[in-house]
Order: sequence, then C-alpha cells, then structure tokens
Amino acid sequence: MGIMAMSLPSLPKVPDPGLDESVKILTQERINEVIDRVLDKETAARFRVYQDTCVHCGLCSDACHWFLSNDRDPRFSPVGKVKQTLWEIMKRKGRVDGDLLKTCSRIAQTECNVCRKCSMYCPFGIDIAYLMLVVRRICNELAVVPQFMQDTVNSHAVTMNQMWVKQDEWVDTLQWQEEDARAEVKGAAIPLDKTGADVFYSVIAPEPKILAQLIGYMAQLMTVAKVDWTMPSFDGWDNSNMAMYSGDFETMGRVERVHHDSALKLKAKRIVMGECGHAFRGAVYDGPRWLGWREPPIPVIHAVEFYHELITTGKIKIVRKYEEPITVQEPCNIVRGRGLGLKLREIIEATCSDFRPPDPDFEHNYCCGAGGGVINCGPPWKTSRVKGNSVKAEQLAATKAHVILTPCHNCHSGIEDIVSGYKLGMHVKFFIEILMQTIEIPDELRVE
Amino acid sequence: MYEFVSGPLVWIAFIIFFAGMIYQLATMLSMAKKDKVYSYMSAKYSLRSLAHWTTPFGARNMRKRYETTIVTFAFHICLILTPIFLAAHVLMFSFSWGPKWLAFSAAGANWLTVIVILASLFFLVRRWMLPEVRFVTDPSDYLLLLVAAAPFITGFMATRQWFDYETMVILHMISGSVMLMVIPFTRLSHMLFFPFTRAYMGSEFGAVRAAKDW
Repeated sequence: MGIMAMSLPSLPKVPDPGLDESVKILTQERINEVIDRVLDKETAARFRVYQDTCVHCGLCSDACHWFLSNDRDPRFSPVGKVKQTLWEIMKRKGRVDGDLLKTCSRIAQTECNVCRKCSMYCPFGIDIAYLMLVVRRICNELAVVPQFMQDTVNSHAVTMNQMWVKQDEWVDTLQWQEEDARAEVKGAAIPLDKTGADVFYSVIAPEPKILAQLIGYMAQLMTVAKVDWTMPSFDGWDNSNMAMYSGDFETMGRVERVHHDSALKLKAKRIVMGECGHAFRGAVYDGPRWLGWREPPIPVIHAVEFYHELITTGKIKIVRKYEEPITVQEPCNIVRGRGLGLKLREIIEATCSDFRPPDPDFEHNYCCGAGGGVINCGPPWKTSRVKGNSVKAEQLAATKAHVILTPCHNCHSGIEDIVSGYKLGMHVKFFIEILMQTIEIPDELRVE
Repeated sequence: MYEFVSGPLVWIAFIIFFAGMIYQLATMLSMAKKDKVYSYMSAKYSLRSLAHWTTPFGARNMRKRYETTIVTFAFHICLILTPIFLAAHVLMFSFSWGPKWLAFSAAGANWLTVIVILASLFFLVRRWMLPEVRFVTDPSDYLLLLVAAAPFITGFMATRQWFDYETMVILHMISGSVMLMVIPFTRLSHMLFFPFTRAYMGSEFGAVRAAKDW
C-alpha cells in the first residue's frame, strides 16, 4: 500500500551454513507439516489471543535495545520482528519458502534476546518473547538453526553439557581447582557426590572449560563459610541449557531433568546455581513448565541469593570494601526474571564503596545483547550483536565506572564484547571475584 | 429503512456482540487449559498489574509516551461512556423498555464526541508519522480505526443536522451496529481480552518471577 511503503536500507548479509545450507534440503511438504503441527498442536490460548489482540500500536518498541541501537529502525522493534516472521507465516497460511525461514531464524535467533522487556511496555502485556520462541521452535523443527547454536545443542544432547566436556576432564578440573583453592584457604575441598548435603552446587560448562578459577573461588568461599556442600561427578553438573533457546524443547527437557535428578539422587536439600542467568531461568521456570512441574522438585537459588544469605547471616564477613568505581549489568533472567534486583544491590552495597547505578535500572535495565542464545549463534553474528547494543555502551559509559559487575555468564561475555567494540576501557567481573578481595579469611584457615 | 436499522438491526447487532463475546471467551478459556495457563494465574498479581495499567501514567512506558497516554485514556473513556449516557440513547431505551438513567447534557456529550473524533485523528497521524507504527500498519488498521470512529462522526453530523438528517441517522445506526458486531471477531476484541492478557502477564511476572511488569 503506497502510503505505507517504506524504504529501508538492506541489512548486511551474514553467511551461516546452519541457515543457508539447511534450507536447501527442505521440501514444501516438510515445511507445511512442521508449521501446521507447531501452530495447531503446540500453541494454544496465548498464541491465539496475542495474534487477535495486538493492535499494531508499536508501543513495545522503546523497550528494545535492538530497536534503540539501530537508529529506531522499525525492523528491529519487537512488533516489527513479529510482523516479519509470524504474521508473514500466518498470512501465507504456513506455505512459506526457505528464504522466509532464513529470515525467521535470523530475526528470532540472532536479533532478539527473548529478554521479555517488551512485555513490560506492551499495554496488553503480550509476551512477544514467547512469540519469538514459537518462531524458533518452527525453525528448529526444520533444522534451520545457526550453526554454532546447533553445535551447542548437539553437545547438550550427547554429553549433557554445553561444551563437549568429558567426564574425566570434569573430575580432573575439579581436582585441579581444589588444589588451587588450598593454596589460598587451608583445607579447601570440593566434596564430590556427597549424600544429604545442604547445598548441591552446579555451574555452566564454560566454567570448567574456560573459567575454571571460578570453581576454585567457590571452593574457598564454601570453606570459609563452613557450608555443607557437594558437586556431582556425574551428568547433571552442567546447569546451562541452550536447547531452551534453539527451540529444541525435547533436549531442553532432558537437560533440566538430569540437572534436578542428580541433586535428588544425592538427596541434597537445595540447589545453588553459579552466576548465570539463562541457566537459572531454565531450572526454575522454562524447564519445569515444559516438564509439567509447577515448581522445581527441590528449592533452587541463584548465586546472588546465596551470597546475600552468606553475608546477611554473617557466615562470611566483609572486612574491606572494593574501591574501584563499579556499575552493574543487571541480568534479565534474574532481575526481570526472578526479582533479585534488590538483593543484588544489597550485596554490592555491602562490598563496594563506589557504586554507580546504571540508568535505566532494575527491571528496566537494557539486556546485555548476548542472552537468549544470541551469543551462542557464534562469531558470524557478533558484529550485528555488538552494533545492536550501542545503547548499552552509552549507558555503561555514562556511569563513568571502571568496572562492570556481571553476575551472569552470558552478560559477562556480551559486556566484554561491548566494552571492546566501543572501546570503553572498562573491566568486567563476576561477583565472586569481588568477594575474593573483600571477605575475611579467618586466621585458622589462612595459608602462611 | 429507518424502521429496520432502528429495530431489527440493533437487535441483531447486540445479539451478535454478546454471543460473539461469549463464544470468544469460552474458546479462550478452553484453550488456556491446554496452554497450562491456569496454574500460573494469581488473583493478587493480576489485579496489581491491571491496577497499574488502567491508571494513567501508572507504567513507565506511559510516562515516556505521555501524549499517547493522555489521548488513549481520553479516547477509551469517551468511547465507552458517550453511547451509554447519551440523552438520545437513554430516551430511546426507556421508550422501549422503561428504565431510565442519568444522561450527559447535550453540550457535554458533544465534547466527548469531539474528543473521540480528535483522538482518532491522532491515532491516524501517529500511524503515518512514527516509522515503528507505519511499518506494522496494514489496511485493516485503518479500517478498524474507521469502524470505531464512524458512529461518532455520523452521530456528530446528525446532531448538527449536517447533510440530510435522516440519512445521517441511518448511517449512524448502521455504523454503530457494525462496530458492535465486529468487536468480538477483530482486533477490537482487545476490549474483551485486555484484562486477561494483562492478568496473565501480571501473574507470571509477580508470582513466578517476583518482578514488576509496569
């Protein structure tokens, strides 16, 4: 329609065999069958009502960091993404071609972090992130998934962890970290497969793979706080779940079940999860919902809650403050996703003397741009991801902090890319790194 | 013609409106079961969310977009109240059925109608001016806006006795009936669904995620 015709510059084409090659082998029958199945059998009231209710007002747009960062390009607004994907599929009654599927996968997988901020801006509360996950589901069922993301999901399916870590490597890494922890704290240990412990501690696979020191830090912290804890030597130690984001919900369910089962097998009183947002979302919300559980079978708490508890109950003592000017990246999946914003602030106040709050903050904070599986789509999509979050760079620069606290692995990697991409000259830290510099190590535990 | 539109057509319109609403509601409630929606619903957090989103400037986005907030609230309030409390409507109802209720003065009703018409113009201009709205606009959006505005435009013109009075009144009744009949089956059904979508999101944010959704 003439009055609505808009000329928008074409977007750079990103080659990705997961999309380009996959669509070549699709048949029309297969496409039709999958779309009909997902839309008829796997969606119900929410999908239908959201489609019938959206009045195309565009008020969701201001929520989205992709939209704000791409000069308010309407193709990046939440509803713009729905229009280019689901509305197009519905308009064509599911009879779509490979090109549209590639567009769907690009938009839903690499240009939306399913951070759910737009639901707080839509007057009707339409869950646009859910609609994007439906698009991802369709693409997954047709195997049109960015290659790096698919490799991660393959690793989950085969090894029950995200990074192809083998069992002996896992146990070996724990022993190595136990030794390292003992160099700092006397008697530090990582108790494996202990039955009936108060705390079952789980991490995401990138910890043993590339950030093993974080496990060593946790061993020091647990020893100082005298926590009765354990980690499993067997599958279920990795709490991450990229299948939740690729649309492979069958694998997502398997991964979540194994994680909860391993804690149940060890008769742990509760699960404490490391500093990761998406893993927490998978364990407490998306996973249980898929598995038909109202709540996880045993209580699950995030590291931020755990640190808060250790500090407020006096199990650890903060004896010095971290003095560098510091700000925070509030992870969507624990702040908007689990209301931990205030506890996060309290542990920062307890440990840091020069905190610079970001603006906007709490539930309204901008996503890091890496979450929702976007960073797992790999190097081909890094440029668009960093470009798609210039508002985050501006927000961080405005705090004039030197350090950014990120109690989430995806945030951590995503913010590092923002810092280097926009030359912010800031450092990115997990909260446990701050704790290692601020807690008291009692004399009897101190290594001379 | 006048007899038909002021009698049977109004009946048909109301029957379709109410039957359509009941049908849509029943369909949604049965589909909600399949969607595992009920186990997440919470009365407390539903009401908390609805309270914020039905209060002007009760949500951050409303404060950011204050002009849209003011116009949207004015539009919806006037759109619902004007037809119910218009003196002519009250009189017609009481001729047929007996009961009467308070009505707006002629001048008051006139202003409320003008507000609806101006607000519709605002929505139209907004669709053209804002790229993020224009991008997702299709012809049906204009049509729906026209459906909502037409009873007010024709009513306004009839009251002023612009053009032929009887023709205008007939057009007014037809456009009013059309609006009623299409509400349950178009995006105007947000009249029915808004409290439910908002309540569900409020429940998920409040009860599951311990977070605010405004």
